Amino acid sequence: MQAFYDLVIAPFAEFEFMRRALVGSLALSLGAGPIGVFLLLRRMSLVGDAMAHAILPGAAIGYLVSGLSLGAMTLGGLVAGCVVALLAGVVARNTLLREDASLASFYIISLAAGVTLVSLKGSNIDLLQVLFGSVLALDDQALILLASISTLTLLAVAAIYRPLVLECVDPGFLRSVSRAGAPTHLAFLFLVVVNLVGGFQAMGTLLAVGVLMLPAISARFWCETVGAMIAAACLIAMASCAAGLIVSYHLGLATGPTIILAAGSAYLVSLAFGPYGGLARRFVRPRHLEA
Amino acid sequence: MTGALHFRDLTLGYDRHPAVHHLSGEVREGDLLAICGPNGAGKSTLLKGIAGVLTPLSGAIDRIGCAPRDIAYLPQAADIDRSFPMRVVDLVGMGLWRGIGAFGGIGRAGRARIEAAIAAVGLSGFEDRAIGALSGGQMQRMLFARLLLQDAPVILLDEPFTAIDERTTSDLLDLIGRWHGEKRTVVAVLHDFEVVRRHFPRTLLLAREQVAWDATPAALKPENLLRARAMVEAFDQQANECERAA
Repeated sequence: MQAFYDLVIAPFAEFEFMRRALVGSLALSLGAGPIGVFLLLRRMSLVGDAMAHAILPGAAIGYLVSGLSLGAMTLGGLVAGCVVALLAGVVARNTLLREDASLASFYIISLAAGVTLVSLKGSNIDLLQVLFGSVLALDDQALILLASISTLTLLAVAAIYRPLVLECVDPGFLRSVSRAGAPTHLAFLFLVVVNLVGGFQAMGTLLAVGVLMLPAISARFWCETVGAMIAAACLIAMASCAAGLIVSYHLGLATGPTIILAAGSAYLVSLAFGPYGGLARRFVRPRHLEA
Repeated sequence: MTGALHFRDLTLGYDRHPAVHHLSGEVREGDLLAICGPNGAGKSTLLKGIAGVLTPLSGAIDRIGCAPRDIAYLPQAADIDRSFPMRVVDLVGMGLWRGIGAFGGIGRAGRARIEAAIAAVGLSGFEDRAIGALSGGQMQRMLFARLLLQDAPVILLDEPFTAIDERTTSDLLDLIGRWHGEKRTVVAVLHDFEVVRRHFPRTLLLAREQVAWDATPAALKPENLLRARAMVEAFDQQANECERAA
């Protein structure tokens, strides 16, 4: 019992920064679950990485205007991310290009604009370093930001759930019964940007993208419905965050990457043993059934 | 309950090239119309135009007594993501969209209707299966169940029996007959002349231009079929602008 306490409870009981990290990462996990699942199901798994680059010019402008301020850079990043997502969405819907191609072109343009802006100032601070916070240094402001984002995300996903699912599974049918498709898609992209920008600034790019995608991808191996996948993704994300924090505390490892490695372990286990499409099912073949 | 369609000198196409050229005519309320013609004749294009997916290059489609939203449309290759984790009952249930929209609950009555629709296409017992586990024919039955729930006055079917076995085809034809009995307007693109002759009173034979639009036996006369077969499929890249009077 004592050993359990020392191992799991003590780090959080003793250090406030650990408690803050736990609360912040759990909040991030709650919002990341549904967003990651829908990114996966829409075959947009790599969008998180693209968006990380797309927000650069906005954050750079925020930085140029008011220096190292979380608020200004978050706002700038948010605006830049939304503009890129919006342009990509509009182009994909009205031209021959698919979403991946239009997003790829806009985020590259955005990245180039960002680097140009940074070089304007002649500063040799690597903005990317500045951009990405640390999970062990969450102040009140960052915690409130994370909590607000996950609240907004859960409410918004609940509101657009039905058209969002239908947009993924049968967009043609949704178009034939409702005009909700385009606004739903844009609202979803907005949520992606909000989650990523918030996640980046509070916790770092690796952590934000990792917590978004790895649990969602793992969940696919365990569930057959979207609702169950979202629940599973949230649980896997939360467990990974807690496990990563504890392990990194005891072994003195870098926290963010340890959390992602924990989520990565969950992914590997799911890949191997997941009942829906896992590897084990390919190699272990129980006798077939009668009918 | 029913809707009619008027085509007024309708030209539909892609990139200024016509796929349906100067079509005029009328689908009356409660018609059961087959559209036949060679590949590339504009059959699917016409359905897309009626469904409002494609905007006419010129001319117009008047939808009388029905908005584009009242038209149920089953495309040739429904762009359904079959790997999507969804149960049959949930996908069929989306046919209720007109009644429940994005937020409404399905309710007990709705669930009973879903069950009845699934039973009507012979998929009872498949309710909780993942859509990815269905075969091609079962998939088509599922989409028919969703059409049933849509309760639409106008129903468009694009080659609904391709790669479907005989028994399923005859089950689905019964459903179409039921819709016809309920005075719904049904327009279906079909290749099997036997099926058309037996089940569809009226036929539009299309080869980019209208070849015949008449009672089925008259429309499918040998000389009409020959004329339809003579259509040149490829677009002329150097085609001049069409001067035919609108």
